[in-house]
Amino acid sequence: MSAAAVTFYILSSFILVTGVLAVTSRKIFRSAIWLLFSLTGIAGLYFWLQMEFIAAVQVVVYVGGIVVLIIFSIFLTQQSGKDLPAPVRGRSVLAGLAACAGFILTCVLLRQYAFRRSGAASGTLGGGGGLSVGSGGGASVSNIGEQLLSTSEHGYVLPFEVISILLLAAMIGCIVIAIKVKPEEK
Amino acid sequence: MSQVPLNHILIVSTALFFIGMYGLLTRRNLITMLMSVELILNSVNINFVAFNKYLYPEKLEGVFFTLFIIGIAAAEAAVAIAIIINLYRNFRSIDVETTDEMKF
Amino acid sequence: MPNYAVIAWIVGLPLAGFVALGLLGRRYFRGMSGVIGTLVVSISTGLSLWTAYRYFAACLVNGHCGAQVVSLKADWLSFGRGLSINMSVIVDPISVMMIVVVGLVSLMVHVFSLGYMRGEERYGTYYAFLGLFTASMLGLVLSGNLLETYIFWELVGCSSFLLIGYYYDRPTAVAAAKKAFIVTRFADLGFLVGILILSFQAKTLDFQGLIAALLDPRLPHTTFLGVSLLSWGLALVFVGGAGKSAMFPLHIWLPDAMEGPTPVSALIHAATMVVAGVYLVARLFVLYAADPAVLQIVLYAGVFSALLAAIIACTQTDIKRVLAYSTMSQIGYMMFALGAYGYTASMYHLFTHAFFKALLFLCAGVIIHQVHSNEMKDMGGLRKVMPLTHGCFLVACLAISGIPPFSGFFSKEEILLAAWHANKFVYGMGLFTSGLTAFYMFRLYFSVFWSRPAEGHAHRIPVVESVPLVILALGAAFAGFVPFSRLMGAGGVAEAGGGPGAGWAAEVGGAFSRMAIAPVALALVGIALAAYLYRRESDRPAKVAAALGGLYRWAYHKFYVDEIYLFITRKIIFNLIGRPAAWIDRNIVDGMINLLAAVTARIATAIKGFQSGKVQDYALYFFAGIAGLAVLFIYIYT
Repeated sequence: MSAAAVTFYILSSFILVTGVLAVTSRKIFRSAIWLLFSLTGIAGLYFWLQMEFIAAVQVVVYVGGIVVLIIFSIFLTQQSGKDLPAPVRGRSVLAGLAACAGFILTCVLLRQYAFRRSGAASGTLGGGGGLSVGSGGGASVSNIGEQLLSTSEHGYVLPFEVISILLLAAMIGCIVIAIKVKPEEK
Repeated sequence: MSQVPLNHILIVSTALFFIGMYGLLTRRNLITMLMSVELILNSVNINFVAFNKYLYPEKLEGVFFTLFIIGIAAAEAAVAIAIIINLYRNFRSIDVETTDEMKF
Repeated sequence: MPNYAVIAWIVGLPLAGFVALGLLGRRYFRGMSGVIGTLVVSISTGLSLWTAYRYFAACLVNGHCGAQVVSLKADWLSFGRGLSINMSVIVDPISVMMIVVVGLVSLMVHVFSLGYMRGEERYGTYYAFLGLFTASMLGLVLSGNLLETYIFWELVGCSSFLLIGYYYDRPTAVAAAKKAFIVTRFADLGFLVGILILSFQAKTLDFQGLIAALLDPRLPHTTFLGVSLLSWGLALVFVGGAGKSAMFPLHIWLPDAMEGPTPVSALIHAATMVVAGVYLVARLFVLYAADPAVLQIVLYAGVFSALLAAIIACTQTDIKRVLAYSTMSQIGYMMFALGAYGYTASMYHLFTHAFFKALLFLCAGVIIHQVHSNEMKDMGGLRKVMPLTHGCFLVACLAISGIPPFSGFFSKEEILLAAWHANKFVYGMGLFTSGLTAFYMFRLYFSVFWSRPAEGHAHRIPVVESVPLVILALGAAFAGFVPFSRLMGAGGVAEAGGGPGAGWAAEVGGAFSRMAIAPVALALVGIALAAYLYRRESDRPAKVAAALGGLYRWAYHKFYVDEIYLFITRKIIFNLIGRPAAWIDRNIVDGMINLLAAVTARIATAIKGFQSGKVQDYALYFFAGIAGLAVLFIYIYT
């Protein structure tokens, strides 16, 4: 077992364990923190997969943005020290069963399907030290940036612009939804 | 990386997905439900990245999908928080068990 | 063969009158309703007379009467493959005679009611109902098949109900109407079953085809409980006829039907509707003649009803009740005439009876209006006050008692002649009854017009009331001179019975004078007795009643038949059948529906829980559904 494999298994168990803790923890603040850890673990997984840019984006947006947002909202809406009420007994059993059943089904399907690599890659995945294409050069920031803003066949400039509109709309929407209407002081 | 078959990564992401699903169905607090949704989205991200890495190493589509998903997840989380705050203002509670006015 | 399409007008005109007066009479015609109704019926009667003239003139010229003509056939309901119900009109001696009788009496009643019912609030409705009745009765006698007869039968019963209950604010009238309808309806059940049996055997409903098929020797002889199916059918049809014609024991409705207005009693419950049963048996007479057992039933039912009614009539004090029982008795005569193979005699008596009975009722109406009471004790010595009525009433009483040369004499003698040939015992009973008839009729006559000292000057009655009285009196007096047996036809139906029926016409001349002595003598004895007891007011009747004791009391209470019926209905039918049936209806039938509703409600409540309003429940169902579908499509449908 190489170091890469060991790293992977440690990372994934970290992700899964903190994920489970995040969804089962009694205290909401701790749940948020466990989520934070889980997301960081996922960033680590991205690093392990040599997708540094994605990892960076994960840390910046998810960990630094979304989890902070969640923690703010926890502060805004309730006592963070109080315990969360227990889930409804019947539903938790059913949900657990459903989740397990779904997981088993998907694993069975996965086992049966043979994922075939596309022709351009060689037989094994970078036997001699990684892919010359996939690592470093392939997913580098400059490559991503070029393809993101190119208008050619595989260019993503249109989704890029659309998502900026989406973000604008989301911003406006949030303000509108959460705005407090001041009572007339006449 | 070569020693870890693709299936293992996929199993990890599947497990994360169903953990998130369990949390979505079980948790009584809207914010914790949002957290579970984030877990689900992340599991999908892992899938995309893994497929991109293992099956299409010379292309970048998976990366873009992931980037866009992250962006949209951020927007959606913001809107969700706004809704939660609005709900809190009206009902003084964000326990999802109490918001059952659409029942029979 | 002449075309009788005019018959459509004969029936259709009064029906149109009914519709017009019923819909518009209250608001638009009002006082004119009477005139309109009378006009319509007079046209119809005119057409009937014209048809009779054509028919009988043709047959008298031919020398051969009794032909049956079927006209105006129309396919009504066709059930396919040979089973269909047609409407048709049959023109033969008795139907033509009946349309003349019905038309004439109806016209007289219409004219009489112009004066009698004037000032009534529901004047237009009265004439509408009269029009309906006239149309239905005409349709009944002209029907060419058994089901059509049944349809008009029910229509006639409905008109009778409407007219008996005309004064609907009087509880007695309402009860009487209900009683009439229920009793006749109950009898009609038998009629319907009889129709079904006969038509099933014969595979057709038309009279001509029915009779031919049932007399066919190739007909399979099926029996039920030892009696042939044909006998069952005929007996059940007779039950229906007995109900309508007030034969014992289905007679209880007729006396109560006197609650209706008197002209209605004259038309319906004396001259026309109540003879419908006799007419029915006469229509099917060829079949009855072929089945001696059922004919015996007809015979004994008729003669027993005649005797019973006569006995009861001797004790009644309400003028209309006396006349009602008298009607029942006379219809009994007609029935037992048929039972004794006296087809012509029965029809002849029907013809003459219509005149004098209608006359009696109309006179009674005038008397009641004069005295403002129905009871005989309030009347007496009226012969100076109403001379015309007195004269007409006397003519009618003489006719009904069978005194020559009035019409009743001829028809009654023919009946007794038939009875003599058929059954001596029945002849004896018929003879005794005719004596009783004379007695109670003249009891009535003397109590009303003599009994007390006659004083006062003549009270004028309106022309519209006196003209019908005079016309009917002329009919009652001279109808005996109509050459009835010639018009009925020496052959054909009148002789179908064979045996006693044949060769009568010859015997009429000779034996007539010999046979006629006994009934006339008995009638004179009855008249004398009535005069002795009632001509002057005295205590002689009371002494006789006391002497007769129990018999008198029983007769006065109409032999307690009504009480027996009430007992059976209340104690037996209501308690044993009605109560359990109501219990079953409430608890089992309603209970099942309630149970169904309760189960549905409970299931609904149980299912309601699925819509809990909680988002996570919905998400769970959603996910479970997706998982299920995925398994389905991946594993089961590949």
